[in-house]
This record gives sequence, C-alpha cells and structure tokens, in this order.
Amino acid sequence: MQTVEAQGLRFRRKDLLGLADLSRAEIQAILNTAVSFQEIATRSIKKVPTLRGKTVITLFYEPSTRTRTSFEIAAKRLSADTVNLTVAASSAVKGETLIDTAKNLEAMAPDIIIIRHACSGAPHLLASRLHSSVVNAGDGLHEHPTQGLLDLLTVWEAKGRLDGLKIAIIGDIAHSRVARSNIHGFRTMGSRVVVAGPQTMLPPYLAELGMEVTYSLAEAVADADVIMMLRLQLERQGQMFFSTLREYSRFFGLNTEHLKLAKPDALVMHPGPLNRGVEIAPEVADGLQSAILRQVTNGVAVRMAVLYLLSGGEASGTAA
Amino acid sequence: MGLLLKDGLVVDPAQDLEAVCDLLIAGGRISRLAPAGTIPAEGHQVQDCRGLVICPGFIDMHVHLREPGQEYKETIATGGRAAAAGGFTAVACMPNTQPVNDTAAVTRFILEQADRAKQVRVYPVAAVSQGSQGKILAEYGELKAAGAVALSDDGRPVANAQLMRRALEYAHTFGLLVISHAEDLDLAGNGVMHEGLVSVQMGLRGIPAAAETVAVFRDCELARLTGARLHIAHVSTAGAVEVIRWAKVRGAPVTAETAPHYFSLTDEAVRGFNTNAKMNPPLRPAADVAAIKQGLGDGTLDCIATDHAPHSVLEKEVEFDQAANGIIGLETAVGLSLKLVQEGVLTLRQMVASLSTHPARILGVGGGTLQEGQPADITVLDPNRPWTVDVEQFQSKSRNSPFHGWQLPGRAVMTLVAGEIRYRHNT
Repeated sequence: MQTVEAQGLRFRRKDLLGLADLSRAEIQAILNTAVSFQEIATRSIKKVPTLRGKTVITLFYEPSTRTRTSFEIAAKRLSADTVNLTVAASSAVKGETLIDTAKNLEAMAPDIIIIRHACSGAPHLLASRLHSSVVNAGDGLHEHPTQGLLDLLTVWEAKGRLDGLKIAIIGDIAHSRVARSNIHGFRTMGSRVVVAGPQTMLPPYLAELGMEVTYSLAEAVADADVIMMLRLQLERQGQMFFSTLREYSRFFGLNTEHLKLAKPDALVMHPGPLNRGVEIAPEVADGLQSAILRQVTNGVAVRMAVLYLLSGGEASGTAA
Repeated sequence: MGLLLKDGLVVDPAQDLEAVCDLLIAGGRISRLAPAGTIPAEGHQVQDCRGLVICPGFIDMHVHLREPGQEYKETIATGGRAAAAGGFTAVACMPNTQPVNDTAAVTRFILEQADRAKQVRVYPVAAVSQGSQGKILAEYGELKAAGAVALSDDGRPVANAQLMRRALEYAHTFGLLVISHAEDLDLAGNGVMHEGLVSVQMGLRGIPAAAETVAVFRDCELARLTGARLHIAHVSTAGAVEVIRWAKVRGAPVTAETAPHYFSLTDEAVRGFNTNAKMNPPLRPAADVAAIKQGLGDGTLDCIATDHAPHSVLEKEVEFDQAANGIIGLETAVGLSLKLVQEGVLTLRQMVASLSTHPARILGVGGGTLQEGQPADITVLDPNRPWTVDVEQFQSKSRNSPFHGWQLPGRAVMTLVAGEIRYRHNT
C-alpha cells in the first residue's frame, strides 16, 4: 500500500467548479478521502469535529431536494454551521445581481458557498469574484461535479477499479450536466464511455470528445460494466426532442431484457429523481443490480470529502 | 490658408490610385491632389505624412449609438468621439434605440444630436417595420426625406418572408437599401453561442451556423425576386459567404459586410464564460473564420463594419446566459484590419475599399474618395505603429471589448471631417 503523499495525491484548489479541469490524481484524492468518511455514516453519533467553526452556505437558484439535503448533511456531519438559501428565480430577476447577492453573503464571512444555478458558468462567475471557496452544485447544462464524483465512487466501490470499464450513459446527453461531469470523470479515470439516445438528445462533437456514440440502446449496453440512465425531462416533448413517452420508453428506456445484454454483474445507476416506467423499468430500478440508493448514500461521503479538502484538509486513503 | 498633407501614401481605390502624393485641403474640401513635391507649401499649414497612409474617410456602416434611450451605454457624442478616434469619419447607426427609429421625428433627432456633437457624420438607418416588430412597414418615404439612408430591423431578423419581400419592394420604390440581420429565430432557439465543440463542452445552448446561412439564402432569393438592393449585415458563417457568392454570380443586387471579430476570434474565446465574447451572430470556429477572410479577399464580402454595440457592466457582468449580445468595435477595427493586411489576407487597397469606397457606394452617401472637390473626409493611418489595446483609454462610454490587451500593428493617427481635425493621435 502506498501512502497518499507517495502517490502525490493532493487536492489544493480554492473551488470545485467541474470535473473537466481535474487531474486523475485530484479525483483519486477526493475519492480516497470520501472512502475514509463513509464509515462516519455507520456510527451511532454521526458527527466529527473536523469543520467546527466553519460556515457553509448553500445558495440554490433552482429547486433541489436531494442535492441540497446531501450537502447539508455532509456539512453537519463535519460540524460546520450551515445556512440554506433558496432564491426563487422570479425574485432573482427582479432583485439584485448574482454578484451582489454573493458579495453580500461573503460580507458575513462564510468559508464555502455551494451554488446551484440554471445558467452554465454562474459558479465560475462567483469563484472569480469571491474569496470564499465555491462549490458547483449544478450549473445549467454544464457540470454537476459532486454527482460525477459520487458516481465514480459508487462504481469504484462496486468494481474495485475504474480503468478499462465500459460505461454506457443513456438518454438526454444534450441537456444533462450530470452526463457532462460523468463523461469527464470516467474518461479521466480511464473508463470507456459510450453514449446512446435519439439524435435530438445527442449533441454534436461527442466523438471528438472521445465518446463512442450510438442511437441504439442495445448496442450501448452490450457488455457494459455500468449502465447510467439519465432522467427524461418531460417538458422536452413540447420542445420537439421526442415524440411520445411511450415510444421513448420503448426505444430508450432500460428494461430487464436490455439488462441481459450487459455484463452479468453490470451496475444500474440513475442520478434521480426517477421517472419510473419511462427511462427505467421499476423492476430494474429496484433490482439486485441497481446502485441507485447507494449513489445517494455515497453522495454524502463525497460531499464531506469535498468540503473537507476545500477547507485545507489533507487527502487520505490509498489508490484503487 | 489650407492644410497640406505632404508626402503621404495616398490609397484611393475609387481613383485606382496608390502613390505618394501631396493633398491640399481648403474650405473643407479636397482642393488639390498631386504627385509629391508638386504643391507649393507657401501659405499653408504643412503636415508631414511621410510613412503614413492617406485614405478616403472610413465609413462604419453598422454601429449602435444607443441614443435615444440608453445614454448610459453610449451617446451620439461619445460614439462619435470613439468613431473619430478609431479613424472613422462617418457611421451609420442602427434603429434599435428607445424609441425605435421608425419615424421621421426620431431620425431628425439623431441628426440634430450629431450636429451638436460635431464629431463625425452620422447616417441614420431607420426601421424596416414599425417598432421593429415585424408586422407593419414603417414610413419609408418620410424616413428618407428626414435623412434615413437605409432600413433595417437589426438586432432582430424580419422573420416573416412575405414582409421581407414587401419591405424590399417598398424600399426599392424610394431608392432605399434594406440591411438584413439574417437569422432563423426558430433554429437559433435560445442559443447563446455557436453550436459546436465549445458549446457542447461548456454546456451552453448552441446557435447552429445554419440559422444564419438559411436566412441569408432566403433574403438573397428575395433580392433576386424583387430586384431590390439588399445588404447582408455581420456575415459570420462559411455557408453564408458561399450563398452570397452564389447570389452575386447570378446577378442578385446583394452586398455584404463582416465585422472584425468574425475574422479575428473563434468560439474558443467564449471559454471561461467570457461575456465579452458573446454576440449575435456568435463567434464561429476556425473554418468559418478562414471563409470570412477568403470572402473579404475575393470581394464576396464588400465591407468591414464594426457592429459597435456598447453595453455597460450591468449587461455584461452577469451570468453568460443573461448577458447582452455585442461588443464595441469602433476603436479597434482599423488595428484589426491592418492585422489582416500584415497577414497578407488583404492588400492595403482592399482594406481601404472595405472601410471606405464600398460602404460609401452601398449607402449612397458620398465620400469614399479623395477626388478634388470632394468634402475633405480623410483618415490618416500609421500602419507601422504597434500599440496595445487598453479599454480604459477608449473614447466610448462602454468597455465591452474582447480585444483588451491585444497588440495591434497600427492605427489611425488623424481623422478629418470636412477638413476639420476630429482626432489626432499624440505620442
């Protein structure tokens, strides 16, 4: 076993804005640290004093239940003080600018600001103006790095490695920040990424980004180690991206038949919330191969690791 | 007593002239243009122009001066100062002010403000449709009588093809040019940058090149159908260049312009969510940039116009999706164009034609030549005076330029309008 120092696994950044800019060693450092935090959730007193006296603000311009809750639980388990702000989009339009809001928050000396925003790049705008650390909790269609990290952790934990795995990502790649973060994360860690969906939902240039692209769900899941289903945004129907839910489900929804094409121990994942019976059949979502709830559990550990490392903590654990 | 510009390289494509000459200005007009050393200096103020290039005054046929209505971004006076400092003796200002320039009263107001500002000549472009709403034609006859030189709903396209047809015919009736902002709004959707590799990586909604190209094709066909003069604004795609070339070969009465940012920057400039790289049409990839350069070189694109679009920090220091489109261009256009000359994309003569001869002819406003007897609208360039762009030194009220910090090879060093020096570069 090598130590973290010996492998040069470090994470020394002010902000976590996306997985596109992270090196393999940085991602590994976060995953290792997350593993060391997993155990805290199993204790009867699920709290360590690591971030005592630190203030963490969640600033959400989009509705979210699980991501905000996950960040809040992560911060509280590390003994940080948390403040949650949900800004209705309408009042933001009428009211002050994003920069003004953030500067006002910063005037109260928080250590970390966690932001979700409908506009791609909003966290980058804040990060360039603030001294506090900024964590991107989802920006527009761009990135959702902690989701990508928790997916990496879930696969690593189940498979014991990331290198050389076939990861199939199915659905609306074009509008998915989860897909973008996962594509960057898995590619950086040496996995092979295949994406599938109707052409309306596959942006151009994916091949140039190193992805294998197919319109066939069967082709994508064949011999896959991991099948990641993306949530279908139902409003895309009115925007001419697909015909009917029935047809979408038939050609791009994952059912038990498709699952047989994948490796026998293939992992089924979904970032949630599920449209049961649309992109994923209920028996698959609840089946033995489903890691969907494990993803949620790992989300807390990964976010603890991110908050800890951004606060200057040392990476821990060993490499895959 | 006149002003004698001595020993400068005079480049005047309208006279097929590129030679070292003396040029005498008197009474606001070009009184004599003759080979170097042939005009006696006695009794005149002499300006040594050795190493400098004397051009017919540059005309920027596409600017936004924001007055009336958005004077916090720019006024006719500040925009005029920026134009003069950038080497322009005249600008044509787009009608998307508040209120829209769709009535003779607004056109007259713009001209009065330009008279008061005493900077450069200002040629108002009036709206194609009332309020630029794309529904009812504006009063072209009255607008022309008030001083409008062309019609455009720039900023938004004329979505209805039938309205565009009627606009071309009605404009033709009054001898007015229609300038098309060619964009298929349905295809553009809610895109905020070019649809390509960069937009996919950044998670920004894309505007495909086809949104411009198909609209350019529609309007070129309508120009062929009606025989009315059409000018395509801010061409940015290889496809649009190809369509315009095709239409010109078939005799369509079509001309076109591009802007310096479309031959100087690619969509890579958006990385980092740089809102000063957000404009409409959007910055395109390298293949389009190459096609734009080629189109300028072979004459498919007639003009270089800036699409000078001043915005304050209120519109630009925000989320990329919410940032306003456009950049200022008046004070960098000449330097960026000289860079094309330096790169061998254009000859100096072609550059002068793109910035003066052609826009003057297309707008039908006079100027664009240094023939004796013409008003002395003159741009003097130093093509070999490298400088660093510093937005804090700009005359414009706004600072939204992606070229801050760029090294440019040369600049305008003197701008004369009707013989009056409106700008002189001091070093």
